Amino acid sequence: MNLRRRYLRDRVMVALVYLGTALVLLPLGFILLHVFTQGIGALNWAFFTQPPAPPGEGGGGMLPAIVGTFVIDLMALAMGGVLGLGGGVLMAEYPDHPLNRPLRLVANVLGGVPAILMGLFAFVLVVEPMGGFSAFSGAVALAILMIPIIMRATEEVLRILPWELREAGLALGLPRWRVTLSLILPAARGGIVTGLLLALARAAGEAAPLLFTAFGNPFLSFDPLGPMDSLPLKIYVYAISPYEDWIRQAWGAALLLALMLMVTNYLARRALRRS
Amino acid sequence: MRSRIYGKLGDRAFTALLVVLGLAVMLVAVLLAWELASGGAEAFRTFGFWGFASGSAWNAVAEQFGAWPFLLGTLITSAVALALAFLPALAAAIAIAEYAPRWLAEVVAYLIDLLAALPSVVYGLWGIFVLVPLVRDRIEQPLFLWSAEHAPALMGVLGPPTGIGMLSAVLVLALMIVPYASSLARDAIHMVPRDQREAMYALGATRWEVVRRVVLPYARGGIFAGVVLALARAIGETMAVTMLIGNSGQLPYSVFGPAATMASLIANEFAEAEGGLQLSSLLAVGFLLLLLSLAVNLIADFILRRMSVGEGRK
Repeated sequence: MNLRRRYLRDRVMVALVYLGTALVLLPLGFILLHVFTQGIGALNWAFFTQPPAPPGEGGGGMLPAIVGTFVIDLMALAMGGVLGLGGGVLMAEYPDHPLNRPLRLVANVLGGVPAILMGLFAFVLVVEPMGGFSAFSGAVALAILMIPIIMRATEEVLRILPWELREAGLALGLPRWRVTLSLILPAARGGIVTGLLLALARAAGEAAPLLFTAFGNPFLSFDPLGPMDSLPLKIYVYAISPYEDWIRQAWGAALLLALMLMVTNYLARRALRRS
Repeated sequence: MRSRIYGKLGDRAFTALLVVLGLAVMLVAVLLAWELASGGAEAFRTFGFWGFASGSAWNAVAEQFGAWPFLLGTLITSAVALALAFLPALAAAIAIAEYAPRWLAEVVAYLIDLLAALPSVVYGLWGIFVLVPLVRDRIEQPLFLWSAEHAPALMGVLGPPTGIGMLSAVLVLALMIVPYASSLARDAIHMVPRDQREAMYALGATRWEVVRRVVLPYARGGIFAGVVLALARAIGETMAVTMLIGNSGQLPYSVFGPAATMASLIANEFAEAEGGLQLSSLLAVGFLLLLLSLAVNLIADFILRRMSVGEGRK
């Protein structure tokens, strides 16, 4: 083949590869720019400290949604964390346990289930029997979303630890459970925290599982058995509303949520590097 | 005595605890499928499984429910979004793993991860207030006016140029699934051995020839798996699509017109469902969505296992 043509093609392909990359990054840049410029104006003292105002009145804030986000997500993290850690430890520390094969399959499958189906499930399992929308049912839906992420992360970090560490502990006469609790888990602390934070960040951005579980609530509420608001839910409701000041606050909430998720992701990375 | 309790009993209790937790996780997954199936049983009984899946009427008043428009809406939006996203995602993966200098690769990789971290509702919000007006004024209206003058037959295919509809939903969906396709492809490209590349360079190949003949064939398992996983994400994506697609129960016959996906139908109607057959039908749609995403995920898993490193050679 002609050498000049080969060089030409080489250069054209470099340009195309960068063009394709730009095609992805450009819209992202626009989204970040719009969220920032539209959202920054809505963030003021009232936004963080006031309950929402009725449409058209102006003012008001997101306090119930901000509080609700933390309450629901922390409840979900507590539930999902226990189950995910348990499953992950079982898969990594007892590799020949008969439960592992089906458990790994289930983790894979659960990781691919669309988030909205977690909401349906929590509705049928919790909302219907308990007779009403509740923050608890929303937390259940988000916890199911978190389980496979935490399980996989935990298993991965535990697998990296050398077997000598476990053998050293056993040689000192420690029973297996003490080896796991006192040697393995502390040694893998950073990676486990990373998994928990990543799961938290993933779930905290989801609105779909909360639509018919936590449902939303314009009043400040700490009651886990009653409906509760959450930032993603509020963004959805405000974005499709016809009121200008609600839409402005939706941008503000989007900026706040995006910043919160970025901080969580950053902390997750840092925890991993620390370990 | 103390040591025996501490050792044997402690071990047994600890293992039992882990097994209980593991069983609980499995129970959750099984219950999830079971509840959707049994919740949807009434709809499946009334219309028959295939009758429900292929019925094209969705009418709460007449109590006629069929999932076909939504099944089709899900398949079309995901497939088109994937087709749009594939080449840019692959290009980004190649840029990160092969072409870009290290600092740039790190920045691009970080930004692509950020794309996955942004919540779905934020995409939806941006879609409604930035993309929809843009699509309406710059793409749909000019095209519609042009077809009105020159090709009236095309107008039915294009549909109403309101901005809210398939086109906007597909564009946002394509953007959202890029990181999923890209990150697996990136990992696969990173795993191509140095020797293979250097052997090619030693033969006098250009950089693109190395990518084309060595890197891409070697990494094709990971690239395929990423594509299928991105498809799975697109199938399950809910909020952004719900906010942009217009949620119409008719068959998705036009490019610009409103449609609905299975996920957007559930998000849109479930909270207001009257109960009875409508509720059951929505749960049945959820069950179909579960089956579809399970099938796609298992295929991705299978590809990833079959075509991992070393299988790249033909």
